Formats: sequence, structure tokens, C-alpha cells
Amino acid sequence: MVTAAETRVMTFGDAINDAMRTAMREDKRVILMGEDVAGGAEIDHLINDDAWGGPMGVTKGLVQEFGRDRILDTPITESGFIGAAVGAATTGLRPIAELMFVDFFGCCMDQIFDQGAKLRYMFGGKAKCPLVIRTMIGAGVNAAAQHSGVHYSVFTHMPGIKCIAPSTPADARGLLLSAIRDDDLVMFFENKVLYAMKGEVPEGDEGIPLGVADIKRVGSDVTIVAISRMVHQSLAAAEALAAEGIEAEIVDPRTLSPLDDDTILESVRKTHRLVVVDEDNPRCSVATDIAAMVADKGFDYLDAPIKIVTAPHTPVPFSPPLEQAYVPTPEKIADVVRQLF
Amino acid sequence: MAIDTSQAVAPIDAARLLEMYERMVQIRIFEDLAGKHFADGLVPGFVHLYAGEEAVAVGVCSHLTDRDYITSTHRGHGHCIAKGVDIDGMVAELMGKATGTCKGKGGSMHIADVDKGMLGANGIVGAGLPLATGAALTAKTLGTGGVAVSFFGDGASNQGTFHESLNLAAIWNLPAVFVCENNGYAESTPVHYHCSTVDIANRAAGYEMPGIVVDGLDLFAVYEAAGEAIARARRGEGPSLIEAKTYRYYGHFQGDMVTYRTDEELNRFKERDAIQSVRNYAVQHGMASAEELDAIDTHTREHLERAWKNAKSAPWPEESELLTDVYVSY
Repeated sequence: MVTAAETRVMTFGDAINDAMRTAMREDKRVILMGEDVAGGAEIDHLINDDAWGGPMGVTKGLVQEFGRDRILDTPITESGFIGAAVGAATTGLRPIAELMFVDFFGCCMDQIFDQGAKLRYMFGGKAKCPLVIRTMIGAGVNAAAQHSGVHYSVFTHMPGIKCIAPSTPADARGLLLSAIRDDDLVMFFENKVLYAMKGEVPEGDEGIPLGVADIKRVGSDVTIVAISRMVHQSLAAAEALAAEGIEAEIVDPRTLSPLDDDTILESVRKTHRLVVVDEDNPRCSVATDIAAMVADKGFDYLDAPIKIVTAPHTPVPFSPPLEQAYVPTPEKIADVVRQLF
Repeated sequence: MAIDTSQAVAPIDAARLLEMYERMVQIRIFEDLAGKHFADGLVPGFVHLYAGEEAVAVGVCSHLTDRDYITSTHRGHGHCIAKGVDIDGMVAELMGKATGTCKGKGGSMHIADVDKGMLGANGIVGAGLPLATGAALTAKTLGTGGVAVSFFGDGASNQGTFHESLNLAAIWNLPAVFVCENNGYAESTPVHYHCSTVDIANRAAGYEMPGIVVDGLDLFAVYEAAGEAIARARRGEGPSLIEAKTYRYYGHFQGDMVTYRTDEELNRFKERDAIQSVRNYAVQHGMASAEELDAIDTHTREHLERAWKNAKSAPWPEESELLTDVYVSY
């Protein structure tokens, strides 16, 4: 039980901001670049102030401390600045680049996938790319089809990239600190709906290790592996299920690549049932990836088929009732769990 | 905007000229032997030979040290050699041997030596420009005094990355030099078709940076223009674009039937061979004798033939190498 003195309450967005601030104080090679990460570049009255601090204000307040030589507003030029971030990382900086919405990855995919992810291997281990690409994911704010996707499976698929999708302020801060200190290319997926969510964040700057899952709820009847915002949807589902005598264990992988197979398998060994909840589209998703892993390595543990709860195989619709039907809800999750009993 | 020629570039003395001549000969013989051994089946995959274009790589890289960075293309052997990458390692890399520059894991299109400031040959046309822009950002941010040079072709000048990189380097005033090697063809497609402007250097004006056309077969012209651009970058005055008109003697790749060019055109360019021009200049100006130059040719050929011999008997990578070097840690 941690005391009040050992934690403070922060929002998810502030926790991310604080991780960057801490890392930038610690290491002068850490810089931040992206579209409007400060905003108002070269406008007289905003020289050491930010117009936006990012489209959702997550990077607000950094330019005042670190200046515009370390907080770099970029033009709208994803191939250019993501590629520059890769080149900078390979030559001695430790950049954080913000890809504003994950849906924009089509504009810079070569630089991530064929350059950043592969250069260490192609160069025989004689180079590294200590770059963090932070990007927003998630539906639920009526941002429509090109600003609401999840798509981290595209990147977990790729050798050379590490992928993180935190669900709480504490996890966001701890994992981003570790990501910035990590010497590999890390993509950090921030669900935009979570930015205002508050949570306890421990003091201390050790960071949370990559590749380690977290049990967000202990249970004995079913394992729910849930990613990012779906942790919270699943917690709500678990409340309803508990009233019916079903105790769900919720495993939050936190890091999608490398994936903590052992924690997931250990949980399924205990509960004998698995549901994976993922806001992404279903085909070739992290949900199917985890399901396949457990079907292979945990086959003998299972008393029921593995189920996944995901978005449908559609783009994200604009109309609010349609968007609500798109994102997995606690009710849908609970319904699927009930099918296993 | 023209490049400011008011600040003189250091003249080339005899010793320097001989170094540059030797580099050019290393590239030429390296490429000729790579082509020969590719035909013999010793080089897996693709090779794209730089023979004919030596004056550009050497004229530019003569101004650079290990703290400066370059990015390159699929036609990268010449840039690697000019930047000082170990030639024996390169030969072994072409063969995929464990003693290769990249332990055999990259091959011709991905030879790199980051410690020598060589950020890699690259299989994606136009991909080197943003990477060089990033290396220039590092130099500026850390105050290293270094510059970053991006070599790319006429084909790459149409990629979006060209536009994005020049714009970004310009607005951030980065110590970058963009060197377009216009060899007249993007694969089989001629530049008079694929490019909306006759001189790619014209595009510099759109980014308000200096742009200049040079004769890429003239080592001295390249050396001078590059020297000015690199000095400008080091002075903190920002990026430049150099377009070197040049010509590749071989096809786009080995195996290319090159039906899109005539022998007459090839011979016309060979008459202006860059290495022969340097040789003529050196002899005419008393900077070297024909015998000295011949000796360079001979020992370079011997070195390269030894390199191929050694590479042939070098070991393949262990199978365990398949799984290493993906990450620093995982």
C-alpha cells in the first residue's frame, strides 16, 4: 500500500509530459520534434511560449523550459521529419518524434519500416536508432476515419520496432521514461480518449521495464488480455461479471513488442479461459496474434475456445451512434465472456 | 541563387591530386571487378555500378572527415570508397561473407560504416535525403562542426523526400549539402522525360537555397563547388544543392540490357572519362608522371584482386547471425 507521499495524481497526458520533461532534464541529447508540439514558431510574442503544446496540449509547457532548439516545431512533412529523426538518432541524438495521429503513418512508412527499423540489422549491428515515435490512437472523439485508428499491429509485425501501449498515467510515465532511455526504435501509442484520465503516479524516475505485463485485476475464472483503453472497458465488464459470480483476471500487456507471453500464459493456466480485447480491426491484429500464441503454447490450459473482442473490419465511422457501436464496450466484452461458461 | 565563390577553396596540390586520383581508380577497378565477379556468379542479388561517376564522389568527399556524414543510394560503392570505408570489407560484404563490412547482413545496397560517417547505401530511392537532414540536425544541435551530404540521383529528385528534406534543411538552416548525380536516367527512363525541369538545380530556388550545375566529369569543378557548399554549411549559412551532370558506364543494374542507350552515347562520354582527364591534367602540369600514375593503377588492381581472393575464401556467417542485431536489447 503506497502512502500519499509516494504518489501524486496526474492525468495520462500530464504523465506523458512529465516523462519527457524528466528525460530532457536528464539528457541533453533528447529533443522533441513534431507538428505543433509547441506551435507558433517564429512568431514574435511566442518565442519562448507555445501556441498549442500539441493538438491535445500534451506537450504544453516544454518549450518554456527547453527552448526552441530542443522543442522543434516541424512543417507538415512526415517523411521529412520522421526520416530526419531516424538520421539524428543514428548519429548521436535521442529524439522523440511525434506522429500526430497513427493514421498518418502512410506518409512516413518508409522511414520507419525500411530505414529506422532495419538499419541496425543491415549494418551488421554497427548502428542503432534510439528514437521514440509517440503517436495518438483511438476512436471515441468523433474524429472520423482518418484520425481514429489504432493500427499498432502494423508495427508489432515489424522486426526492429518495439511497441508500447499504456493504459494508465503511471504506466504511461514509467514506460515513456524507459522508452526514451532505450536504444532501439520504440513506438509509443497514446489513446487520445485517455489523456484526461487521472491516476496515481509513483514518485521516482526509475521507469517501468519494457516487455513486462501488468495484472490490472486479479481473478480466477477467465483471463481478459486488454490493450490500452480496453483495460478500462474490461474493468467495467469485470464489475458486471463479478455480480454474476464470474471473476475476471485482466492482464495488461503494456508492451506489445516484445510481448510478455509468460504472464499471459500463467494467467490462462490459472483461469482456463481467454478473451482478448483490442480496439484495432480484427484481421492480423495483436488480438489474433495473442490468440495464436496461447493456442500454440497454452493449448492444454484451455477449457473453451479463445475469443477476441475487437472493432469491426471497417474504417471508423463519423456518426456518434455508429462510432459507439464501433468501439468494444463493457457490455460486449461481458457478453463474450459469458459465452465461455 | 548562385553559390558564393568569393571565399576560395583550398587548391589541390600534387600530393592531394594523387590521393584523389587513387581514390577514383579504386572506385573504377572496384566496380569493374564487381561487374566481372557478378557475371561469374560470386555476388548474390543486385549490383548497381558507379563506374563513370567517380569525380562526383571523390570531388565531394575530399572535403569531408569522419565527423561528417554522407548518405548514399543503391549505387553506393563509389560513395563508400570515397568516404574511406574499408575496401576489403566491402568486397566481402558484396559476397555476403562474415568478414563483410556489415557481417554479410546488408549486401551491396546496404553497405555502411557509421564510424566513418557513412550512413549507408540505400535500396529506397530518395530515402537518404531525410536521413542526411537528420545527421545535419545532430551536427547543429551538438555543435560538432560537421556537415551532412546526401548523394542522390535524378530519379530521386522527383521523390517527395527530396522536397521535404530540402525544405526542412532550409527552414532549420542545417549544415547539409544535397548532391544530385544526374546521370541522365532513372533506371531505363531518361531525365528529359521524367523531370519537369532541364536542370534539377533550378529546384533550389524554390527552397531559397543556392543551387548550381557542375560538370560531374570534371573532378576540379566538383571539388570547387562542393568545397564552397561545404564551407558555407560549416559557417552556419545553411544548405545547398549541387547538380552534377554525370554518366554511368554500366546499366542501372548488372543484367540490365541497356537497350535505352546507344553505344554512340556511351562512347561520347567515355571520351571525356573523368579519370583520364585527371591523369592528363596531372601529367601536363608536372604534378605526376605517367609512371607514377601507372604504379597507382597497378597496385590498386593488385589490392582489389587480393581482396576478391580473400573474400572468396572467407567464411559465411554462422546461422546464429540470422537472429542477432535486430535490436540492441529485446
